[in-house]
Amino acid sequence: MGAWLAIDHLGLTEGGTNIIDDVSLTLAAQRTVILGPNGAGKSTLLRLIHGLLHPGSGRMHWPGVLTQAMVFQRPVMLRTTALANVIYGLKLKGHTAAESEQRARQALARVGLEQLAQRPARLLSGGEQQRVALARAWALEPQLLILDEPTASLDPASSREVERIITDIAAGARILMTTHNLGQARRLAEEIVFIDRGRVVEQTPVGQFFCLPQTGAAQRFLKEEIP
Amino acid sequence: MHEFNQPLITAWQLVAGADARLADIVFLSLRVSLSATLIACVAGMPMGALLAVGRFPGRRVLIVLFNGLMGLPPVVVGLLVYLLLSRAGPLGRFGLLFSPSAMIIAQAILVTPIVAALTRQVIADAWSEYREQLRSLGAGRTRAAATLLWDGRFSLTTAALAGFGRAIAEVGAVMIVGGNIDGVTRVMTTTIALETSKGDLPLALALGFILIALVLAINALAYALRGWAQRKWG
Repeated sequence: MGAWLAIDHLGLTEGGTNIIDDVSLTLAAQRTVILGPNGAGKSTLLRLIHGLLHPGSGRMHWPGVLTQAMVFQRPVMLRTTALANVIYGLKLKGHTAAESEQRARQALARVGLEQLAQRPARLLSGGEQQRVALARAWALEPQLLILDEPTASLDPASSREVERIITDIAAGARILMTTHNLGQARRLAEEIVFIDRGRVVEQTPVGQFFCLPQTGAAQRFLKEEIP
Repeated sequence: MHEFNQPLITAWQLVAGADARLADIVFLSLRVSLSATLIACVAGMPMGALLAVGRFPGRRVLIVLFNGLMGLPPVVVGLLVYLLLSRAGPLGRFGLLFSPSAMIIAQAILVTPIVAALTRQVIADAWSEYREQLRSLGAGRTRAAATLLWDGRFSLTTAALAGFGRAIAEVGAVMIVGGNIDGVTRVMTTTIALETSKGDLPLALALGFILIALVLAINALAYALRGWAQRKWG
């Protein structure tokens, strides 16, 4: 499969610190997980790719324009029902009310929340809210789904459920995500991009990364994360 | 002690007996201040939201201006509206001076900066939380402002309430543009001022009680509404 994104000498500086430091990267895998220590620039890189931030230097080349959706670490729910939260995203994309509702209900069903559709979204548990956020993203049928530590604030059971949903979405979309959970990275990723201090240190298939990391930084990272 | 008690008793009799003159004054007060608050909300809330999420030249100046105008002296607003509406003024031909409409205009001008500045604060806080999500979903700034106004509808009752509290309690502006005409433009605060200076304390006191009770009741209502909304929507 060909590359879907080529990043060329991307840089972002804030307050004299290089948050993203001359990153060149070609992404071709269906499921890519970005790993790295805290403050390595993982979330910033995702936001640059999603267009929430503008790079200070360098450029991104998309061989074919991909529709995107993003799921954040902390789900942001509007003060309305779970269903209306999913509908909101669809309406912004220009779908009619009837079509939006139908697609929203389908998306909620796919994340296993159809029975909670009419509940106020903010009163759902953290795991349920994240599943509503996944439904909101999924309903848009993105070609690329970006997830920024989607399970970081969830309990193990909710994490597993979110992971299952991500696997389902991955059947029809490219996945680009960050996580602190190495088991999750190993289960979900085809390819690992390891970054440290704003630089890409290593980009390898998942099996190789966990067995034979190529760089000292990645070896140290794995040693610290897996005691 | 008698001199203090007698007005209190008379005041209570006026309230309890639903005195017609008293009722007219109370209803006019409510009509004027609620209308002014409504206008201020319709104008000030979108302004506040756009100030919170918008990016346009002069935004910072406007924020400082609105914050500063929160403390606008009512008599100055009264004077300006008086000049606008007086026979020789630019809006003189409408003949609005010394009418409830003039009082509504003056109070709306007084209250709009309060509503706008408080709304901006509420929406700015929400914007920092929602910003990335709304942008990710493709909401432009105007759409985001509308979404945040809707989402913050319960918190914004505080802004509306602060505006209403200011309107119902001010005396300077309505006195100047309304003229305190008995049966036409006499509201609670202007009556209190007049009756007190005349030495007729019972009516002034009765109105004072009602004013305090009203403000407390409306605050209690808003508090209950916010509690309900918190339980219902989180």
